[in-house]
Amino acid sequence: SRKMTVGARVVVSARTYADFTPQASFDIKKCDVHKLEEGPPLQAVLTREEGLQYYRTMQTIRRMELKADQLYKQKIIRGFCHLYDGQEACAVGIEAGINLSDHLITAYRAHGYTLTRGGTVREIMAELTGRRGGIAKGKGGSMHMYTKHFYGGNGIVGAQVPLGAGVALACKYLGKNELCVCLYGDGAANQGQIFETYNMASLWKLPCIFICENNKYGMGTSVERAAASTDYYKRGDFIPGLRVDGMDVLCVREATKLAAEHCRSGKGPILMELQTYRYHGHSMSDPGISYRTRDEIQEVRSKSDPISMLKDRMLSNNMASVEELKEIDVEVRKEIEDAAQFATTDPEPPLDDLCNHIFYNDPPMEVRGTNPWTKLKSIS
Amino acid sequence: ALTAMAATRLFLSASPVKSSLTGLTGGTRSSLGLTLLKRSPDRTAEPKAQRRHAAHFTYHPDPAPAQYGPTQKMNLFQAVTSALDNTLAGDPTAVIFGEDVAFGGVFRCTVGLRDKYGKDRVFNTPLCEQGIVGFGIGAAVAGATAIAEIQFADYIYPAFDQIVNEAAKYRYRSGNLFDCGKLTIRSPWGCVGHGSIYHSQSPEAFFAHCPGIKIVVPRGPVQAKGLLLSCIADQNPCIFFEPKILYRAAVEQVPTEAYQIPLSQAEVLQEGSDLTLVAWGTQVHVLREVAAMAQEKLGVSCELIDLQTILPWDTETVCKSVVKTGRLLVSHEAPVTGGFAAEISSTVQEECFLNLEAPISRVCGYDTPFPHIFEPFYIPDKWKCFEAVKRMINY
Repeated sequence: SRKMTVGARVVVSARTYADFTPQASFDIKKCDVHKLEEGPPLQAVLTREEGLQYYRTMQTIRRMELKADQLYKQKIIRGFCHLYDGQEACAVGIEAGINLSDHLITAYRAHGYTLTRGGTVREIMAELTGRRGGIAKGKGGSMHMYTKHFYGGNGIVGAQVPLGAGVALACKYLGKNELCVCLYGDGAANQGQIFETYNMASLWKLPCIFICENNKYGMGTSVERAAASTDYYKRGDFIPGLRVDGMDVLCVREATKLAAEHCRSGKGPILMELQTYRYHGHSMSDPGISYRTRDEIQEVRSKSDPISMLKDRMLSNNMASVEELKEIDVEVRKEIEDAAQFATTDPEPPLDDLCNHIFYNDPPMEVRGTNPWTKLKSIS
Repeated sequence: ALTAMAATRLFLSASPVKSSLTGLTGGTRSSLGLTLLKRSPDRTAEPKAQRRHAAHFTYHPDPAPAQYGPTQKMNLFQAVTSALDNTLAGDPTAVIFGEDVAFGGVFRCTVGLRDKYGKDRVFNTPLCEQGIVGFGIGAAVAGATAIAEIQFADYIYPAFDQIVNEAAKYRYRSGNLFDCGKLTIRSPWGCVGHGSIYHSQSPEAFFAHCPGIKIVVPRGPVQAKGLLLSCIADQNPCIFFEPKILYRAAVEQVPTEAYQIPLSQAEVLQEGSDLTLVAWGTQVHVLREVAAMAQEKLGVSCELIDLQTILPWDTETVCKSVVKTGRLLVSHEAPVTGGFAAEISSTVQEECFLNLEAPISRVCGYDTPFPHIFEPFYIPDKWKCFEAVKRMINY
């Protein structure tokens, strides 16, 4: 945690850390299974450190997304922006079940994953505003963020899934006991290339965890109106599947651990459906209320919010104090403010960058442009 | 395919336009719109203060056509709705399908049609472009007038195989026993100010390389309705690209009855004697300003041609014009290498070699993916075109 002072008041915990329960066991929802002997255990153990870390990460994602919303409305972020708030438990739970050396690829609702995979809030926000400090040098924007072992950030729906299988093949081939987590949404689940990928992954027993983040709406279309079968965890057919409560970080973690074990033991791919929910609309252009009611959103917020759920669990088991969690909140807010400040003041990428990174060039090549006499140079 | 709901909310007005087919366009400009109007760009301002709010062109409406009956004020998406309305009314086999078309479409091109004609004629498809076009081909072969919508031209690529390998070759490979001429594919097209990589593309050049299909791009509402109705009536599979930046920006008096504008006929918008300008879609309006600038600042008289149909294109009109003027400038947003200007350029130099006073100029996008932050530098705006005009005149 970063050093900070909150105005003139310094927050002091009322209890010493020795008073807190070091770990506790929680009941988690049973997962529906498809072609699997058994699902993950019905109880999950959470240590205090883990709890605080999950809380901090989820809170960071939540505040970062809300800040992005704010900046978007101020027109500092432009273009497209798909926010992840409500679904934090998915990103954090998945990361808790795998290692940083494993691989992950997802679609465009990627800010959360960019963070859990090692990106910093500063880099992410600067990428949203299109500045040179951004994680993709300002050239990608919201939908195209990448870090080590995180392959984005992909705009075309469903196109990332075959890619994920390819990464899984490389993992298997190189024999480093790594796997690839390949995410897509309920809308993408109807794309043809997903089924092509299921076939290839299963045929060649690739260590690939397919995860369908079912947030009940493909943009504005509810799952019932888009899919002949909404049992997304069964749609892998010959691939074993699990349906998981995506609002509970522990449930996601346990399921991911099971899935990772399955892949690493050479059994081939596995499919997980995370039942989750997004509070914002599909993107910032979508108010999100023309195809669902405000009541529905409110209900999910009050009954199943992932951060509240974790907080309640920790507090009721004396694993943390209210002040301690508040302290984390304050620190997170400060981090986001700093990042937003950086994102708004960092300069835009230089014009030379327009033509860089088209090809791998050695030596530099010329790029033809709007007029025959104006050629730009691509130097990388 | 990526989907972005109501992308037009971003562009100009945030207030939903109550678009009934007999209502007026417009609606009130929201506060967002007012903010846009206040901050008009100053080209001499420092780059820091530059904001990309206003478009890179000014839209000049065409005069209301007199020969097609009563007209009504409509913008581009309403003109499209009107064309589709006429089609569904007159042709009982016509069906419209695509992602989100039932509620009216992300650009409001199909508003009200489902209520008027029923959910068996206007229906949503799941998220599957390859499936949409394949399905459309089948429906057309079986005798239905199938009008498929691909939500953004950037997403048309999963359907590329179906269009190029199936739709385009159906009549040919069956020796005219079967055809899918009743298929029309409509798709929003072109740059929009902040569309970035996957909401700004102009893929006409990819399809121009494929005999068997027709490609059409209108420049405004009157053209859009007439050309779309021609595409639907045409007995060949057609792709109709609609410039998304013009959906709300372009407002004209459009005839309410059905009418057709012939395909494969380029339109000479302005006669001139010194230089021929050729473009299609949004770029026509950019070149209109260039022609005005050329006249005012250089005393150069430009002939402006809207190509309208990309494939098969009207070689005669363009060549006749170049024979007269001796100079040709072709402009499009798509990258220059392999863009359609290359085809025009090559054909014209074959036909009119001895008439050329200067090399043919292509003012197009750079050979990079369509950038987000760099868009104002990327697009072939009027200054770049004007520079090209100057060089050609002084050659």
